Amino acid sequence: MPDTQLEHAQTLIKLGQPEQDEWALSRIDDKLPERRPVIVPLALWQASDADPQLAPWLPSDTVIDDELAATLAKAPLVAIDFPAFTDGRGYSLARLLRERYGYQGEVRAIGDVLVDQLFYMSRCGFDALALREDQHLDDALRALGAFSVSYQPGVDSQEALFERRLREANGG
Amino acid sequence: MYRYDTYDQTLVDERVAQFRDQMARHLAGRLPEEEFRPLRLQNGLYIQKHAPMLRIAIPYGMLSSTQLRALGEITRRYDRGYGHFTTRQNLQLNWPALEDVPEILADLAKVQMHAIQTSGNCIRNTTSDQFAGIAKDEVEDPRPWCELIRQWSTLHPEFAFLPRKFKIAVSGAAEDRAAIQVHDIGLRLWHDSDGSLKVKVLAGGGLGRTPMIGDVVREDLPWQHLLTYLEACVRVYNQFGRRDNKFKARIKILVKALGIEEFRRRVDAEWAHLKDGPQTLTQEAVDAAREHFVEPERGDVSEQATAAFEALRAENRAFARFVTNNVTDHKVPGYKAVTLSLKRREHAPGDVTADQMDAVADLAERYSFGELRVTHEQNLVLSDVPVDQLEALWQELESLGMANPTVGTLNDIICCPGGDYCGLANAVSIPIAQALQERFEDLDFLYDLGPIDLNISGCMNACGHHHVGHIGILGVDKKGEEYYQISVGGNATDDASLGKILGPSFYREDVPGVIDKVLKVYVEQRHDDERFLDTYRRIGLKPFKERVYA
Repeated sequence: MPDTQLEHAQTLIKLGQPEQDEWALSRIDDKLPERRPVIVPLALWQASDADPQLAPWLPSDTVIDDELAATLAKAPLVAIDFPAFTDGRGYSLARLLRERYGYQGEVRAIGDVLVDQLFYMSRCGFDALALREDQHLDDALRALGAFSVSYQPGVDSQEALFERRLREANGG
Repeated sequence: MYRYDTYDQTLVDERVAQFRDQMARHLAGRLPEEEFRPLRLQNGLYIQKHAPMLRIAIPYGMLSSTQLRALGEITRRYDRGYGHFTTRQNLQLNWPALEDVPEILADLAKVQMHAIQTSGNCIRNTTSDQFAGIAKDEVEDPRPWCELIRQWSTLHPEFAFLPRKFKIAVSGAAEDRAAIQVHDIGLRLWHDSDGSLKVKVLAGGGLGRTPMIGDVVREDLPWQHLLTYLEACVRVYNQFGRRDNKFKARIKILVKALGIEEFRRRVDAEWAHLKDGPQTLTQEAVDAAREHFVEPERGDVSEQATAAFEALRAENRAFARFVTNNVTDHKVPGYKAVTLSLKRREHAPGDVTADQMDAVADLAERYSFGELRVTHEQNLVLSDVPVDQLEALWQELESLGMANPTVGTLNDIICCPGGDYCGLANAVSIPIAQALQERFEDLDFLYDLGPIDLNISGCMNACGHHHVGHIGILGVDKKGEEYYQISVGGNATDDASLGKILGPSFYREDVPGVIDKVLKVYVEQRHDDERFLDTYRRIGLKPFKERVYA
């Protein structure tokens, strides 16, 4: 396959910092690209031999169950696709991967990844954000730090604000 | 009422800064309208027919006098000196300038207010009983629970892009005054035989294009699990709710498609993992929330004062009318809750001018501990008025034009802004309300009719809750012409029901005449003190239909 059919994140934010990205992304369902490392559709990844240079991406309608989670545990990274920025299923998928199944590798947001979603994404457990190519890096870094306080627990903090208040009131 | 601490304040301040940045990027061309749209909606900002519209959150309808004064000032500075209270206990500004909105939000933040999640496909303002905390039939004050839900749902990172909007209502009384059966999730707080607090959870109710009554997902959820259970419900909806068709995207469609058993099974499967997790409520956490809603320092009202009030009521007919219709019993003897009617012909239902806001704020301070409530019927309530001050308050309300003794009558119309303002509307609704108020203004006639909810929506989105009006009016568009469809038999309270459409729709000018015929059938057929709704339920649609289309 010619490289032109592969996507490369122009701007990747990893753990809050811009990073040079090694991984290419293929959306071709039926053919494994030559290039490594590469992120490929889930089914293609499942059908391939174990290769640390291959990683899966999940469509937003994926239903994660124990079996799939056990398979994904072996992946060097898991990407979750946002086919449209208004499709919020990926947020739940990331939380399930992290909180229920304890996935420790990179969880990467791909697709329609826009500046104003990044704060929520990072709270849901995405630690790598492949910005859509027209997004501005400085806007993105600013948006990531939009809030210094949250009411709910998330992957970033297991404590709800109401619990934190009680702890602080009790001198904790 | 709830007062912000530094965390709440920081959050709304940072929200203002975030929106200022988004607006600047939008105006600079770095954030195109289609991507800006969900962001502005989640800050309450619509682009409407004539101008932008800003919907300001009034969490579960609780408002302080300071906040109301600030709202009045905002309508003067940034709008045309009035605002519109909505059926979801919020306030809408009809004419703000787009670029002023960050400033408006900053002014709101100064009085612990915001417009967060008042629109968009996210969890909206949680609504409740306007008599929360003072109702005689209350089992549990819903406000601390509403506040816990408000915090849980505010900027929830997982649920900002749901398939569609999501509305939660909470009731803690014997009578449901929060319309919990027609919300995406309705919660009812109750005590079991051991006296422990349980939550009944309904899901899948709603109005709009496909009106439905909610199904019971769980009868007796222990209170500790409220937030984790809500999280499970919304997560199931987020993952499985339809996203291919905006008109089929509400949770009610999912609940009906799966069936309540399967929906419950999925919620329970999800909840099994969340139960007892980080958001499990403790007694200490609930007590901390309750501390914000302590009883005000009500002085004793003497028996003499109560006797004097009763005597005045017996001798002054106008006062008696006001008390009968606009005054509600209080759990504390000697105190009453007073409903300020925002229904008068000169204004659209729910509209209040800035000067009236100032005046009402003064009244709240002088008569009711500086607090007031917004009702889903688009009125205001002063919740703690001693009986010996009712007469004075009544006279002040008279001079403000807010003492119309018609609360709960046909004249107390619920009405959306309609085609005069709203970009979605198919037809006007305010002029219909005004025409009806003009036609049916005779008090003796209104009282003889008894309690009738007449609700008007200018389109099928049903902001005027027409499906659950005893009489409902819906504006429809037929080839560019405005018509009105009339239904009867809806009800939003405990025995909730959806209205049935009479038949083909009517021209605008015919609507008052049609309503008159509907009322005549009721008056002729009713038994003794039978309410309109009960007569309809007994005799059915047919007699109404025959008269109207005769």
